[in-house]
Amino acid sequence: MHLAYPAVLAALLFCTGLYGVLARRNAILVLMSVELMLNAVNLNLVAFDVWLSRTAQDTLHSGQALALFTIAIAAAEIGIGLAIVLAVYRDRATADIDRLRDTAETPGDDPDHPDASGTEKAEATA
Amino acid sequence: MSLAATAPYGFLSPTGVEIAFLLVGLVTLGAALITVTTRQLVHAALWLVVTLGGLAVEYLLLTAEFIAWVQVLIYVGSVVVLLLFGLMLTRAPIGHSPDADSGNRPAALVVAVGSAGALVWVVTDAFRATWIDLDGPAAGTTGVTGESLFRHWVLPFEALSVLLLAALVGAIVLSRKAKAEQAAGTPSLAKAPGDKEGAR
Repeated sequence: MHLAYPAVLAALLFCTGLYGVLARRNAILVLMSVELMLNAVNLNLVAFDVWLSRTAQDTLHSGQALALFTIAIAAAEIGIGLAIVLAVYRDRATADIDRLRDTAETPGDDPDHPDASGTEKAEATA
Repeated sequence: MSLAATAPYGFLSPTGVEIAFLLVGLVTLGAALITVTTRQLVHAALWLVVTLGGLAVEYLLLTAEFIAWVQVLIYVGSVVVLLLFGLMLTRAPIGHSPDADSGNRPAALVVAVGSAGALVWVVTDAFRATWIDLDGPAAGTTGVTGESLFRHWVLPFEALSVLLLAALVGAIVLSRKAKAEQAAGTPSLAKAPGDKEGAR
């Protein structure tokens, strides 16, 4: 098999995930797009491992071991990420990342009361 | 084992494996595109199942059998279920939700198309004359993967198990802390789960 097939597919999947991370508004949809990006990396790792195990006689199988590690870390990441999203949702009653701007710095911020607008917004949405 | 450079390969005569990889890849990419563009949140999670399952088939076609089953078990089995639970616990609307995309969609499209063009150009240029030799013994059977994992990768493997434990404890702590704050009962916090029945 030509190596370009898996490599191009992985690149396109990664860019699809990149678009999702940048364009989505719901935090859980952003997490899904992150999963797409991680899967693209896994496909690259596996394809290059299969290639190198034949051409370079690589007996370490580092690509597949790293793909397994990536899958495990992605599972941990999705657990923590969803716990954070649910905690934020309980606190603010929204999973909309465009509205979670309490730590955003704007030029008109009052340095004495940095969280005044944030608590107002939380009370308004709750 | 024959070297890839000496084996006869046709550039414009794809083998059956290549055709199968291409077709499954098209399905996978299409499902991924629907995942990031659909406006129905639960449908996005279900199209993600198609994407991840398609990737498992791609791993099988690359003879990485163990990774394929791990992919099915962990991604399709647990990650998607977790995501669906997350969608339901945050009371995501079941039907059409017009505000699924944020305002910076054109910028995201420009960035994604630009990086896709650059990546595809570089990758095809770099690996124009490289072929994967899929004949012979499979490169990713459970035996081969387990041997390399427990011979060369034992320490990272154990460290990874500690990391998973830490992540598990962290997730529990994150959800318990929110619950304790709720029980302490500031009115604005206690109100959020209360109106759950009203919204349904």
